[in-house]
Amino acid sequence: MKNLARIGAQLLLYVPLMALIGYFSTQPRFSILGEDEALLRLSFIHAAERKEPCRTRSAEELAKLSPNMRAAQDCPRERAPLLIELEVDGKVVLRREVPPSGLKNDGNATVYHRLPVPAGKHRVVARLRDRASGDFNYTKEETVQLAPGGVLLIDFVATKGGFVFRT
Amino acid sequence: MFSALKNHLGALGYLLFWTLAASGIYLYIRFDTSVGGAYASIGELEWWFGGVLRSMHRYAADAFVAVTVAHVVKELWHGRFRGFRAFSWISGVPLVWLLYASGIVGYWLVWDARAQFSFLATLESLQLAPLGAQVSDRLFSFFVFLHIGLPLALLAGMWIHVQRLGRPRAVVPRSLAAPVLGALLVLALAWPVASEPAEAVTGVAIDWFLLFAHPLMYATSPALLWTALAGITLFLVALPYIGARERLSPAIVAPANCNGCGRCVADCPYEAVTLKDNKALVFAERCAACGICAGACPSSTPFRSVQELVSGIDLPDFTVHDLRKRLQAALPSEEVVFTCEGTDPGRTRDRPETDPKAIGVRCLAQLPPSFIEYALRNGAKRVRAVGCEGECAYRLGMDLAKERFSRARMPRLRPSVRYSRSGHEYSFALR
Repeated sequence: MKNLARIGAQLLLYVPLMALIGYFSTQPRFSILGEDEALLRLSFIHAAERKEPCRTRSAEELAKLSPNMRAAQDCPRERAPLLIELEVDGKVVLRREVPPSGLKNDGNATVYHRLPVPAGKHRVVARLRDRASGDFNYTKEETVQLAPGGVLLIDFVATKGGFVFRT
Repeated sequence: MFSALKNHLGALGYLLFWTLAASGIYLYIRFDTSVGGAYASIGELEWWFGGVLRSMHRYAADAFVAVTVAHVVKELWHGRFRGFRAFSWISGVPLVWLLYASGIVGYWLVWDARAQFSFLATLESLQLAPLGAQVSDRLFSFFVFLHIGLPLALLAGMWIHVQRLGRPRAVVPRSLAAPVLGALLVLALAWPVASEPAEAVTGVAIDWFLLFAHPLMYATSPALLWTALAGITLFLVALPYIGARERLSPAIVAPANCNGCGRCVADCPYEAVTLKDNKALVFAERCAACGICAGACPSSTPFRSVQELVSGIDLPDFTVHDLRKRLQAALPSEEVVFTCEGTDPGRTRDRPETDPKAIGVRCLAQLPPSFIEYALRNGAKRVRAVGCEGECAYRLGMDLAKERFSRARMPRLRPSVRYSRSGHEYSFALR
């Protein structure tokens, strides 16, 4: 009986503690967006072109190399940085040069940017240059309708022709 | 009740771990490990069993975090991280990381809006966010592997964490386990957990115990978050070496007086004594200089007729011989009082105004029971022994003293002496 009373008293102690655990287990809710806001999420991985073009080796150059190293082309490993530009309703909201990854700068470039915008209709233009110089070689523009809390994911898939907009 | 909770925070961590393991095994049986099927398989759990276990699994994880934080704060508050405690302290730091990693990956397995938010936030913090668009069944199976592997690593770490503790408290008394598990069950029934929608939504119900780092990152930046977490981790690891105090002299062995009985090995609270070639051997860096080993040694009896009382194992700066001299100086007296000085050695000697009659000992278990009988047979009518009020400064001192005085453990109090206990205080008289 004494033990039961003790356990009961302990429950009285633990229930408020458990209530705290129960509350903070789910509350308060969290959102990275405010009310009436939507999100533009630019997110992709892409390997740019080489910074220097490949060069064909001359016969003399090939002769100087070990037989197993005689590749006809000499291709510098380093890739060009990506130049990315994002325009929303005629205003450039992002212009960034993204370097390639890797110790030799020969890997993929990773692009990620979140941009909260007011919910509603927006004209979105995404531009990308994945070579060492020149103008943007990929552009996509589209008018999108974003509901509050909605997300426009801007992906880039070179094999599909460039930017892909997904809501 | 509250002190029972406070004094078993580490053991509660073990209880909650096993609760998580037991509930997790059933949930795993019912779980579909594909990214497309995981959400539905959790939704199909019957509320009265699988649902309750799921809720208990979640709440036990949150309680584990709360208990761990309380455990860290308590040890920090009492300054229990230096010297002989450094191993336990430092080995505990990675456990916090493993606990959080296990919990966060566990949330991903539901693959609801919260899971997707947490996964993406984690990738964002690692600058890997674009990978988030490609969660395949194979990657999802890896999450499952992580949610099994990380808790196993946590368990291994918890085992290492207590390796320098004698008689580690890894099991909660039933009187504490029952109400804790009962309260978790009541919470699971009253407030069952639910998944968020399957697709991403604007706001998600965040578990602030386990997922607090995500809002923190969005409020600051990934770099700041990782810098803060790395800084806290480094601070905790370096803490034992910051402002280190001068250590007390560790126990030493007098081989000529050691018969290799092993009582000191069994009683040391910090696994600092072992037997080698049938003689005690002290690992100085682990020794707390609490004197419990000297209190356990059969040679530590004041009835020995030798002029210089040398114990088989003893503290060089506070020997059993010193203790006998202090006792002899106090006798004859109506009452002799031994008081535990805890982690404040010399307190009684240097500040006699606290209790002018008191003879200070490092720990109540440093006092061999034979000293009580010696005092009673040499003029004292009563002997009192006052231990730590609250938690024992050297973990096991109060428990060992109780077992010795109640004649359940060697060296026992002789039957000719009767004793009574009131809280942390013992009174003795001859029968």
